[in-house]
Formats: sequence, structure tokens, C-alpha cells
Amino acid sequence: MAELSGKYLVGVYDDDDTVLHAVPRLRKAGVKIKEVYSPFPIHGLDEALGHPRTRIGIAAFMFGVTGCCTALTMMIWMMGIDWPMIVGGKDPISIPNYIPITFELTVLFTAFGMVITFFISNGLGPGTHFHPRFDVRSTDNKFVMAIDLGRNSMSIEDISRALKDSGAEEVNIKQF
Amino acid sequence: MASAHSIPSIEERFEFTSGAKRNLLIGGGIGLGLVLLGVYLAATGGGGHEAAASGAEHAAAAVGHGAAEHASAGHEAAEGHGASWMTRVWANLWVNGVYFTGISVIGMFFISYNYLAQAGWSAVFKRVPEALPAFLPITGVIMLVTFFLGGHDLFHWTHEGLYEVGGPEYDPIIAGKRGFLNTPFFIFRLVFYFVVWYGMWRVIRNLSLQEDEIGGTEFYEKSIRFGTAFLVVFGVTSSTSAWDFVMSVDTHWFSTMFGWYTLASWHVAGLAVITLIIVMLRDRGYLRAVNSSHLRDLGKFVFAFSIFWTYVWFAQFLLIYYANLPEENIYYIERFRGHGGFFKAPFFITLLLNFFFPFLVLMTRDAKFTHSILKVACWSVIIGHYMDFYTNIMPGTLGANAGFGPLEWGFFLLFICAFGYSVASQLEKANLIPRNHPMLEESLHHDIA
Repeated sequence: MAELSGKYLVGVYDDDDTVLHAVPRLRKAGVKIKEVYSPFPIHGLDEALGHPRTRIGIAAFMFGVTGCCTALTMMIWMMGIDWPMIVGGKDPISIPNYIPITFELTVLFTAFGMVITFFISNGLGPGTHFHPRFDVRSTDNKFVMAIDLGRNSMSIEDISRALKDSGAEEVNIKQF
Repeated sequence: MASAHSIPSIEERFEFTSGAKRNLLIGGGIGLGLVLLGVYLAATGGGGHEAAASGAEHAAAAVGHGAAEHASAGHEAAEGHGASWMTRVWANLWVNGVYFTGISVIGMFFISYNYLAQAGWSAVFKRVPEALPAFLPITGVIMLVTFFLGGHDLFHWTHEGLYEVGGPEYDPIIAGKRGFLNTPFFIFRLVFYFVVWYGMWRVIRNLSLQEDEIGGTEFYEKSIRFGTAFLVVFGVTSSTSAWDFVMSVDTHWFSTMFGWYTLASWHVAGLAVITLIIVMLRDRGYLRAVNSSHLRDLGKFVFAFSIFWTYVWFAQFLLIYYANLPEENIYYIERFRGHGGFFKAPFFITLLLNFFFPFLVLMTRDAKFTHSILKVACWSVIIGHYMDFYTNIMPGTLGANAGFGPLEWGFFLLFICAFGYSVASQLEKANLIPRNHPMLEESLHHDIA
């Protein structure tokens, strides 16, 4: 269905409860939903959409470990080996002295790493151009459901009927 | 998910079964048996580690106290080896007394700040923290009696000779603290803490029980005011009680972090106890209305405050380590090298059980609502903070005569069982879920996805 790629069906809902109940109905009917856009977070929507659990936590842990190792390596090398320095009458390599900076770099690496990950996984940041706006009203008072026609095997008519049945007040077609 | 799960009934009574009573009594009996065994071993010279190097340690301590010309550095230990097992009993009673006082009062602290924040999520299990402070009179009496009978052995500052100007034992540093550290004022404060903490808890408990029967928001409003008043009181008394109960053991030494440090220790231990009790109740079929979101938040609480404790612990340690001033360093040197290196193990076990273990175990999302993992992490924190108070109190009281054997385990077990008995009897007194709490509806639907 190559001619359908980049083509989306957009259902516009007026109520958060309606859209929350529409999601399981449509999924049961076999519609693959790309995403629902809402002006505010809706409790239970993530589970209803069946999105896989985010792995950002694992990424954060990895960034943290990287920062921790970087800080320790850097300080042990600088203060202990390359130019040994005695602070407070302690050995040049004394881990307690290093802990505050280790902590700071762990946090710094985690924070930067997560922001960069966020930009990459959402296609944001410099050099990216594809920012689909399905319906600008999703930042105001409407709840917008996007369905990627390229990934659905059902016909456009069937999906738009299912959308109307589930409570959508408008169904539009968007081409990017 | 909010709509998916059904809310279990909020009418449920906890039944303190005769089986549970029997188990707790057996546990207490074993504890008592271990205590007696420990006393026997200590009295006959078999217990403890009776450091052969104690002479050398006292020399090291004297060097540390050097500036103060503290001639009596070793005299507590030298005072009578025959009676040292008695001192060990007092010290153990004191350690457990302080620890369980803290856990009990944290119940009140938890309810109070939840009222002040007008928190909704915690309403459903509010009876659990509410049940903890009932143990306060018991630890209060134990600590008072211990101070009357064993205070002279535990607290160096109670020795009269320290205050005689020109006397052989005169100690200008301790004499300078006399305005605060003197026996009548100390006893007054000790009684004051327990009366105020327990009294304020009774008020808030009664309001809560009345609310259960009558309903309305009047009791809730009153509880907010009382809770806030308690927080003001506890803000001061948590620090001063930490100085009194723990820091005054090492009379020369002081740390401005100490109030926070002890509060952090009490707080995370109290949170671990609250979480553990909730998990245990759920295992027995109670509190089904507590869902995985509540458990996750409690797990986060334990996780976060074990880090907070470590932060305060480390802030205190690093400044002293870095500044390298002899009169401050002596505190850690005593725990690292003093008394034959005996306290080095508890010192590091404390860090392991209170930071590294809960930090790594509770880090992932699912661990925070998995019963078995929560139980392991909570027990780690509970035992870890017992070790924390052990490392804080024992070097200054027993020093080279300290030990870790049946006596210590026995007392800890005895206190745990007594505490469990007290909590269970309190839980039995009211509906397990505060049925007329204004925030209950919000709490029942607590959902953090």
C-alpha cells in the first residue's frame, strides 16, 4: 500500500472520556492507532493505547554509570597519577573526596543524555524537518487521534466509520 | 486502568489472631532467652570481644582528647570489668529504646505531614502509621529507667567530678556544656519529649476514631491544625532529642548535622516499617484497597529517604574527613581504628544495608510494588538503621567492651516482637480503612500509571 504512506486519518473528539473509551473499541475492531494528542494528560490512556513501556529509565541508568566512571577516571588520573596532590592530609587517591564531583557528573551526564535521547527519539532538534501537525486544536480543546493508513490493512471507509461510531465529531484525511 | 480495577470493600477489621499473638510471644521469648544467654556469656567473660589491645586503644583515645587533658579517657571501661555486662545491657536497652522511639514517633510525623500537605493518596492506609506511636510510653519508660539506673555508665557527662574547677577530673569542655547537659534538665527533656509526642498522637488518634463514627470534615480540619502544631514541635524536639539520646554519648564531640542525621535515620526506618506492615497485612488478605500505585509510592519513599539518609551521613562525614581537625576526626577514628577495629564492620555494614542495597534493589519500577522485593528492602533498612544507632552509641558507651552477640540480637528481637504486638493491638481497635476520611475516595482511586 505504498500510495497510502504518509497518509493519515485524523479523528477529532470533544471529550477526554469519549476518546479514552474509543481507544479500546477501535483496537478491538482491528484499527492500529498511531497516537492520541490531548491538551492534558489522560489517566489510563497509555495503557489503553498499548504503547510499549518506555526504556528511558535504562538509558538514564547507562548515562549515569558513564558519568560516574568518567568522573572517577578523570579525578583519579588528574589528582592521583598525573599530578599527585595531597588535600586535607589524605592520600592523593582518596575516594571520599571525589564523591561530590562524581555525583555531579553522574547527574549531569544523565540529564544531558536524557534530553538528547528525547530529542532523537522524538525527531526534534536541529536538522529535523518532519513535524506532523494533525490538528492544531489538540493544543486547545480537542482530542485528536491519528491513524497511519500505511500501517492499516482496513479500508479508509471502514476506519472512518469506526471512528464516527466511537464518538469522533470529525474525521479528516491528512497527507504529509 | 483507573476504570478497570474494582475497589474492594472499605469495611474491614483486622483480627489479631491467637496464632499471631503466640508467634510474637515466642519471638519475644527467644529474644529474652538470647538476652539471658548473652548476659551469661558476657558475665563469664565469653561474650564480646574484650579487646586485648584495649590499653593501646585508650592511649589512642587520650591522644585524640589531647587538647582537653582528658586524663580519664579510659576510666569508663576501667571502672569495673566485673560489671561491664551490666553496662552492656544498659547500652543495648538504650540503643533499642532510641531506635524504636524513633520508629514510633515517625508514625505521627508521617500522618502530620500528610495532613499538612492535605495529601490524598495516603488516606487508605493511614491506620498503619497511626498505630505506631502507641509504643512510645513503653520505650519512654525503658529509656527513663535505663537513664536512672545506667545513665552513669552510659553518659560520661553525668560524672560530677568533671565540673569541679581545679579537680583532678575537671574538663573545661564538658563543663562549658553544663547549662544544657545536666541531669535534671536532661530528665525534664526526656519526659517532655515523650509526654508531648504521645499526647499529641492521642489527640490526633481520637480525632481519627471519632471521624470514623461521625464523619464530616470537622475532624479533618482539626487534624490538619494539630498535625501542623506537631510538626513545629517535632522540628525542634527531633533535633534536641537526637543530641540528648545519641550525640551526648560522645560528650566532647559535636556535629551541627546531627539532628538532621538522626531524623533521617528515624524517618527512613519508620517508612520501611510502615511499608513492611502494609505488605504483611496485604499478604494476610487485608488492605486489598491498597493498590500497586500506593505500594510504588511507598517504595519510592523508602528509596528516596535511604538516599537522603546517605546524603546527610556523607555530608557529615566528608566535612570532618576533609577538614581533618583532630577534635572532630576522633569520632570517625574511634569507629575506624579504635577499640581494636571492632566498629569498622558495623560502620560499613550500615552503609551497605542502608544505601547500596535498597538503592540498587528498589531502583526499577516493578521492584517498588513487588511484595517480596519490598520486604527484603524494608528489612535491610530496618536492620541497617539498628546498626546505624549501634555504631553511633556503642563506641562512646562500651568502647572496647562492646560486642555483637546473643545479647544484641536478643534485645533487638525482643523489641521487634513487643513493637509488633503493640502495633497489632492498635490496628485491631478500629476499621482498617478510615471510612469517613474526606480524602478516602481520592486515595482509593490513586493511580500513577
